Amino acid sequence: MYEDALIPKLGVVTQIRVETPDVKTFRVVGADGKKPFVHIPGQCAMLSIPGVGEALFSITSSPTVEEYIEFSIKKCGCVTDWLHSMEPGQNVTIRGPYGNGFPVDTDFVGKDLLFVAGGIGLAPLHSVINYCRAHREKYGQIDVVYGSRSMGDLVDYKEILDDWMKEDGINVHLTIDNPQPEWDGHVGFVPNYVTELKPDISKTVVMCGPPVMIKFTLAGLMDLGFDRKNIYTTLELRMKCAIGRCGRCNIGSKFVCKDGPVFRFDELDELPNEY
Amino acid sequence: MKKISKAKIDELFKAISAKETLYIPVDDSEGQAAFIPYAEGLKMSEDLNTVRSAKDLFFPQVESLVNFKMDGKHIEIIDAATEKKPFVIFGVRACDARSFDILDRVFYYAEPKDSFYIERRDKSTVVTLACNAPEETCFCGAFGIDPAEPAGDVSAWQDGESFFFKANTEKGEALLAGLPLEDAADDAADKVKEDIRKITAMLPLKDLDLSKFGPGKTQELFNDPAWATLSESCLGCGTCTFVCPTCQCFDIRDFDGGKEIRRYRCWDSCMYSDFTQMSAGQPRPTQKERFRQRFMHKLVYYPDMHEGLFSCVGCGRCLRKCPIHMNIVKVIKTIGEEK
Amino acid sequence: MQAVIKKKAIELLESGTVNRVLGWKAGEFFYDLTPAVFTTPEQIEKDFVYSVFSGANMSKYLIDESKKEGKVAAFIKPCDGYSFVQLQKEHRIVRENIYAVGLACDGMCDMREIREAGIKGVTSVEEDGETLKIGTIYGEKTMAKKDALLERCVHCKSKKVVDCDEMIGENGEENRDCGRFDEVEKLEAMSPDERFAFWRSQLSRCIRCNACREVCPACSCVKCVFDNPNSGIAQKAAASDFEENNFHIIRAFHVAGRCTDCGECSRVCPEHIPLHLLNRKFIKDMNELYGFYQAGADFESKPPVMNYTTGDAEPSIVYARGGDK
Repeated sequence: MYEDALIPKLGVVTQIRVETPDVKTFRVVGADGKKPFVHIPGQCAMLSIPGVGEALFSITSSPTVEEYIEFSIKKCGCVTDWLHSMEPGQNVTIRGPYGNGFPVDTDFVGKDLLFVAGGIGLAPLHSVINYCRAHREKYGQIDVVYGSRSMGDLVDYKEILDDWMKEDGINVHLTIDNPQPEWDGHVGFVPNYVTELKPDISKTVVMCGPPVMIKFTLAGLMDLGFDRKNIYTTLELRMKCAIGRCGRCNIGSKFVCKDGPVFRFDELDELPNEY
Repeated sequence: MKKISKAKIDELFKAISAKETLYIPVDDSEGQAAFIPYAEGLKMSEDLNTVRSAKDLFFPQVESLVNFKMDGKHIEIIDAATEKKPFVIFGVRACDARSFDILDRVFYYAEPKDSFYIERRDKSTVVTLACNAPEETCFCGAFGIDPAEPAGDVSAWQDGESFFFKANTEKGEALLAGLPLEDAADDAADKVKEDIRKITAMLPLKDLDLSKFGPGKTQELFNDPAWATLSESCLGCGTCTFVCPTCQCFDIRDFDGGKEIRRYRCWDSCMYSDFTQMSAGQPRPTQKERFRQRFMHKLVYYPDMHEGLFSCVGCGRCLRKCPIHMNIVKVIKTIGEEK
Repeated sequence: MQAVIKKKAIELLESGTVNRVLGWKAGEFFYDLTPAVFTTPEQIEKDFVYSVFSGANMSKYLIDESKKEGKVAAFIKPCDGYSFVQLQKEHRIVRENIYAVGLACDGMCDMREIREAGIKGVTSVEEDGETLKIGTIYGEKTMAKKDALLERCVHCKSKKVVDCDEMIGENGEENRDCGRFDEVEKLEAMSPDERFAFWRSQLSRCIRCNACREVCPACSCVKCVFDNPNSGIAQKAAASDFEENNFHIIRAFHVAGRCTDCGECSRVCPEHIPLHLLNRKFIKDMNELYGFYQAGADFESKPPVMNYTTGDAEPSIVYARGGDK
């Protein structure tokens, strides 16, 4: 077989979990039944269904999981529609891992971490959060603020309730946009909730969510006095090769697929506003 | 230095093509030059340059990556690579020869390596040809390229009577060693070079100034209001991109042929609206952003990533072929002017 | 001519008749004019050029320009005028927002013809009656203007500006004996195999840059079927010979009856593929089957392929006319 970075390997989807009405989590192993590759939290991989297309997805499982990798995927286009319609046992093609990932073993070490996520934006953070939980001693306090449109749209809700919220040393703050009869938690948008919580400005913040959430959360954090050097986000642009070559995911001189997808806001400030 | 009489050029072509495929520029029925495999009777084009650049031979417009067979839940991955045979390209101009350096940094040296491109590069021998008659649209000099001294595995010159050859690499030595050539004095092509330099000194674009561009200029140039006026009549076609020797962007697509699915890569253009279109949004919503991307990539982003090297070689193809005559020279002269 | 046009453009701006002018902007050389919108008399004085290299058909720009605030002045050559009228018939442009100045035209030149004549390094061109005096870095050359004309001007179908608010120069007449179908007849005289070989040799050189489509005034779809990922035929490059032919043939079909034969597709093709011959074949066939029809010649007539009559040719006509294959 000809070897090239653009030629994918075979993968098998062994389990599909319904997370929300439009999000499913796919468990993938290689053709040999083992984990396809080792990754860093925040990295991505290319999944494809031949004839339908190839697309880049955040790896949602933690590197500490040794048997498989998982992807939580929202239904929003050709490839994702197909993925959502398939059943376990289906072959897919996979290549990766791609991107820089979060500095979990360097800059994050010893820091209090604040994760802020909206909707499917939890997907890339899920990997980091579980990695940090698995290496709890390396980090300070861990806070998670996570919001979605409604209760039914909270991804990984069961895991959050059963594992994260029961664990010492991790504080989870959930919120939904509008009141619901069965919901007794916080109601309101994520940016406002973050400011209400008045996080200490020494925290390192990791954000992922819709652009409008990012925009207002960032503004709120700036008002509180946070340093942009301590705020991370992960970006998404259209990609084809994922190895910094096909030329479409650049922001100025940086390729999101290769130099990102994780950027600090002080790094983004240096780049043109085209994302 | 070696030489051969012009009357015997066919003998030379025959000798090369007896061993490996030889590409030479040939005029087609409409008088447009293209690199095609040599066959007896084909005459080398007199045009300064081919319509499509020599990059096609390393980075073709369409190439198969891999094939798939689908059977229920099962996918079979099938090799699509065909064996690439050694080949020689004859008559590459100095500008196109520089474009290989530019493409090499993306496809040859950057990690992960591009096996398809590398294989073709490794199996090729490039014979360049000095430009006896540069055109008004030439501005390779702005990038430090001397059309009288083209790079490549072998450099060639021509005067009224003869072709002269000088090998620059081992591959070049090996090629020349097996050919029916006569010895020539080392300075045999000096008169030709001198004549070429007299012409380059008269070219209208010889003083094109690139000092406003290069690494670190993003913030300064990105929001220049002139991008809007320069791009206002851009049709959004891909002509400039596809005739450009340095444009390197591609798309990856699947073609369902029924029995098998062919995954191929093909040239793409940042001038196209779907280049960056996502289901969730579009970071370059109008032609202004797409147009800006193309020129910023060549004049700022690429230099940023590759030690100041510009991703333009001054071949002038876009000057000749753009349907509305917008081009990189107009961009270079306009952007960064207004303070 | 240029002086009169510039004066008119400035007058229209200064009188407030229009707030901008669509025209040809000076380039780096004398021939590389770019379509541009001028908003001040100073810009017009400095950069507006009308010469034998003002070949670009500006009608398509009016689709967007006529929907902006205020009136725009447009200079319309006779062949541009057919597209201008056709686009009005298709409700693509807002006529009230345009002040159209018709231009009498006696032919536009093509740099490609000059270069193909072996004239290199061109730096200037001067019209001297029927002759072009061409300055080059290799000395002065001359060439007959008729040899440098754009193909569409060699076979000029009309010197009449169909619709304008005023004319500069004398308005002319249609010329149905312009010989524009001569090349089509040669293709018709070929055997099907020869004809297929001809088109393969032409279309196999296509690089799918889409310049023909983007410049074509009849290709005014907001989203082309070939760009629509859900169409099943979205192509960026031809994955096979079939696709190479397919794009051009479908495009010719889609503009049939609306194509005014403005020739822009062939003018802009970087590979010099004679795409206009596909369109002319359709026009010729329609003329023969349904009676003479010129798209964009008036506001009332209905294109034959969009107007059913009981006398229409039966589909089986393709067997009779398509050759013995």
